[in-house]
This record gives sequence, structure tokens and C-alpha cells, in this order.
Amino acid sequence: MALFESFFNSLASPELYTLIFTGVFLLYCARYRLLTRPGWVVGISLAIALFFIIGAQNHDFMTIIAKGDNMPIVIMIFAVFWCLSLAFRQAAVNDMRIEKGEPPTEALDSNKKVLVWPDLIYPEFVCTVLLTAIFIAWGIAVEAPLEEPASGTRAPNPAKAPWYFLGLQEMLVYFDPWLAGVVLPGMIVVGLMAIPYIDTNPRGNGYFTFKERPFAIGMFLFGFIVLWVSLVIMGTFLRGPNWNFFGPFEYWDPHKIEPLVNVNLSEFIWVGMGNTRLPDNPLIREAPGILLILAYFVITPALLAKTILKKFFHEMGFARFSILIMLLLGMASLPIKMLLRWTINLKYVVAIPEWFFNI
Amino acid sequence: MATSEASQKQITVMNPDKVSRRGFLGNVLVGWGLFLAGAHVGLLGCVRFLFPNVLFEPPQSFKADLPNTYAEGVDERFKNTNGVWLVKTVSDPLSGRPADAGMFALSTTCTHLGCIPNWLAADLKFKCPCHGSGFRMSGMNFEGPAPRPLERHRIAFADDGQILVDKSQKYQWEKGQWINPESFLKI
Ligand code: FES
Repeated sequence: MALFESFFNSLASPELYTLIFTGVFLLYCARYRLLTRPGWVVGISLAIALFFIIGAQNHDFMTIIAKGDNMPIVIMIFAVFWCLSLAFRQAAVNDMRIEKGEPPTEALDSNKKVLVWPDLIYPEFVCTVLLTAIFIAWGIAVEAPLEEPASGTRAPNPAKAPWYFLGLQEMLVYFDPWLAGVVLPGMIVVGLMAIPYIDTNPRGNGYFTFKERPFAIGMFLFGFIVLWVSLVIMGTFLRGPNWNFFGPFEYWDPHKIEPLVNVNLSEFIWVGMGNTRLPDNPLIREAPGILLILAYFVITPALLAKTILKKFFHEMGFARFSILIMLLLGMASLPIKMLLRWTINLKYVVAIPEWFFNI
Repeated sequence: MATSEASQKQITVMNPDKVSRRGFLGNVLVGWGLFLAGAHVGLLGCVRFLFPNVLFEPPQSFKADLPNTYAEGVDERFKNTNGVWLVKTVSDPLSGRPADAGMFALSTTCTHLGCIPNWLAADLKFKCPCHGSGFRMSGMNFEGPAPRPLERHRIAFADDGQILVDKSQKYQWEKGQWINPESFLKI
């Protein structure tokens, strides 16, 4: 038990957690034909369940998962895994059929028509009744996780957002509010709406496949699984008092001391490398950061268009490709900034608090 | 044949002699205009709610006891009522110079997104529970995402020798306002 706890606690440092999560995700995408076999799905589900059952022996872990707020997250872990497996299973079957020159399974039943009543309404009605019953039972059995009365002068510690916003709250740790709260969520919404205009590839229309469009599906799932679901899990199990990182089996000590002195890029450059004072003019002071950001958004796309994404660039044309790349770079900025914060305590690349402008 | 007859009939039904197409559009315009005008009046009525008749708020400026009732360090007695920490130092918290002993009033609003940080006496820092920003006793931000230090409020002596804190005035470090004598009370 102690070994089990210390093993998982040692994996729970943010860098390691994110790397492992990303690695598992990539592995899943690479080996989806094997990992979505029913035996594997059941096996992995049992392994996760076993983790929770063993973990629940630990008092601190039990307190986390038994909280009414966090139950949806335990359910979510299974639900996301099963939905993913279902989709990837069908994709795996289709991909193998297509390799053999057969049409996808969906082509076989495309002529079959169903009636709204009773074929659609009836199952919907049954689901409604079932879910209502489940929610009523849940609502009676589990106490609402109420806290002390709200007060304008005191915040609970840790102050956690509702579970579905924990990813957003985690983003706020790394970016200025106007970026993490306005620009990036805006890009997520607009980007999702723009998908049909950017992605005009007709393959995969009406049937499941992964092999025919690994980039599109992989990128979408990376954003959803690695940058959202994993952050929700992290916010639930690894964030404790004072918003410090804790292992899942660690006592939430509000006095845990973590040396987190953050440094801006300008301080790295001027004070650390140049051995001078910070220049007074904010534009000169932040020039290295500004140049870096410009390079990130101008030179990277050009480089990508010339090298690994050359095919995309030619197929999509300049406008589509630019929008795609801006969205991708925006998405990639989150893990990059997170890793920089965790490894070298980088605070802001561009820090101009005088003008409320920090990146 | 039957369909064309039916559509013929429909056209006559939809286009009776009384209302011409133009007249109909005019009616629609007037109708929508009235509706939108009414909606805007309602909206204006809602704006009225932004200015309540009575406000149950502590006064912006308040007396905060005599200086000698404070020990060195952070004092939380006005945190919950007035949203201010009073800090007493024996050295200049910025330069560390021992010359200036004095007091200043720190706002309890985190400069990141406005949560209320906690004073951790053992670690000598303010720590925000929302995204982990940390501030030194001087109010300087040094960890987490907060982009600037905590704000200070005007602090002075009242006529009776008590400390007077005025929250309507704020002094921000990044604007170079902490050198303002009203942001720091020498004792
Ligand atoms: S509100 Fe204090 S750290 Fe975000």
C-alpha cells in the first residue's frame, strides 16, 4: 500500500503527469487497433477501477473522490475512455475493411431508413426516464457539497472552479486573465466553429475512420483529451490548498512550502545573461519577448509550410492554412507555457504590467 | 394538374386585395419598431438597477486604531470588515533600508483575478487560493500568475492620532506610486 501510494505520488509531479498522459494518448492513437479490442477495453477499465478501489483505502484520496463535486470526474474518466474506445473500435474495423478494398460498415446499412416514432423517440424516452431515476437517486444519496456561506472577504482554500471549468482555471495559472479567460476560450469556440470551413477533406464523411485522417482527428483529440480532460483531472486530484501541487495520496497541508519564485523572460535576458539592470522603457525591456512571440507566430508557420506541412499548404491554400496554423499555435502555446513554468519557472514571456499586457 | 391548381389557390389566399405587399412590409416595420423600442425602454429600466438606493458597504475611509496597538508584521483586524491589511515594518520593505519604520495599507484583492489571498504567517507571504499567486509582506508579487503587486491605499494620521485609511485612493507599484508619501505612514 505504501509502495503503491508513493509510486503514484512520485508520478504526480506536473511535468511527469503531463508527459505520461501525452505518451499514453499517443500510444493509444498508434495502437488503436489492438487497444480497442473488447478484451483490452475491459482490462483497462478494470485496471482503472482497481486503482480507484485500492486508492480509496487512503484517507486523503477517499476524501477527494467522495466529495459530491468530484464524483462526476471519476465517472468522466470512464465515460471518456469508453466513448473513445467505441469510436476507435469502429474506426479500426473500417480501416481494416478499407485496406482489404471493402466499403466501410456504414455503407452496408445506409439504405435502411428508420422512423422517428417509434425508432427514435422511444429509446430517447426510455433514456430520459432512466436518467431521471438515476439523478433522483443520486441526489438523495449524496449530500450537496455545500460550503460555508459566501463572503466577499474570504475565499475557500483551495478555491476550485466547478469541475467542468477546472481546465480553464488551470490555464489561468499560466496566462494573464485576458489571455486565459478571453482570447484562448474565444479561439477554442471560434476554432471549433471554423472546422467545417478549414477542413474540406471529404474522407471520413459518414463513417468512422482514423487511418484516413490521423492529423485532423489526432489534433482534435489532443486538444480535448490532453489539454482539457487531463487538466480537469489534474485540477481535481493534484491541486490542493494554495493551489499547490499535491500527489493524489498526499495530505493537503495548507502550509506546504513550494519554492515557486517566478521570473519573467526579460529578467532572464537582462539580469541573468546580460548582467545589467532592467531597462526603464517597457518596450526595450520586453523586446526579446516580443520578438520571440512574433517569431513564434510568423516564422513557425512559414517553416511548417515549407517542411512537414508542405502538403497541407498546397492543398489548403494560403488563407485556410494560415487560420489552421494560428489555431494550432494558439493551442500549442498552452503546453509550451506550462512546461516552461514547471521547468524554469518562467512567468511571462512579455510582461508589461504598466499596460496590462502580459503574455 | 392538381398541384398547379392548388398553388394557384394558395397564391390567391395569401394575397388578398386588402393588404398589398408594400403595406404588409410597412406594418411589419412599424410592429418591429414598436417592439424594439419597448425592449430598449425595458433595458434602460434594468440599467436603473445598477444604482441601488441603499448600499450596505463599509465607508471607503475609516479609522484604524492607534499605531501603537500594532505589532510588527501583518495585521488582519480590518481584513474581513474593510478589505485591508495593515502592515507595520521596521525597515523599508522595498529596499530593506532600516531607516523607515512605518505602516502601509494593502488591498486584499489579488491582482490576478480578484480572489482574496490568505496571509500565511509561517511562510511570511500572502498566498492566493485561486491560482496560487504569492505576495511578499510588502505586497510584491513573486510567484504564480499575478502580474503586479497588491495595491496600497492612502494612509495618514487622523486628528486624534488614529490611523486613517482611505480606500478610494490606490497606489500601484508598477506605476511608481509607492514612493508617494501618502502610501506609506512614517512613525
Ligand atoms: S485570483 Fe489570485 S491567483 Fe488568480
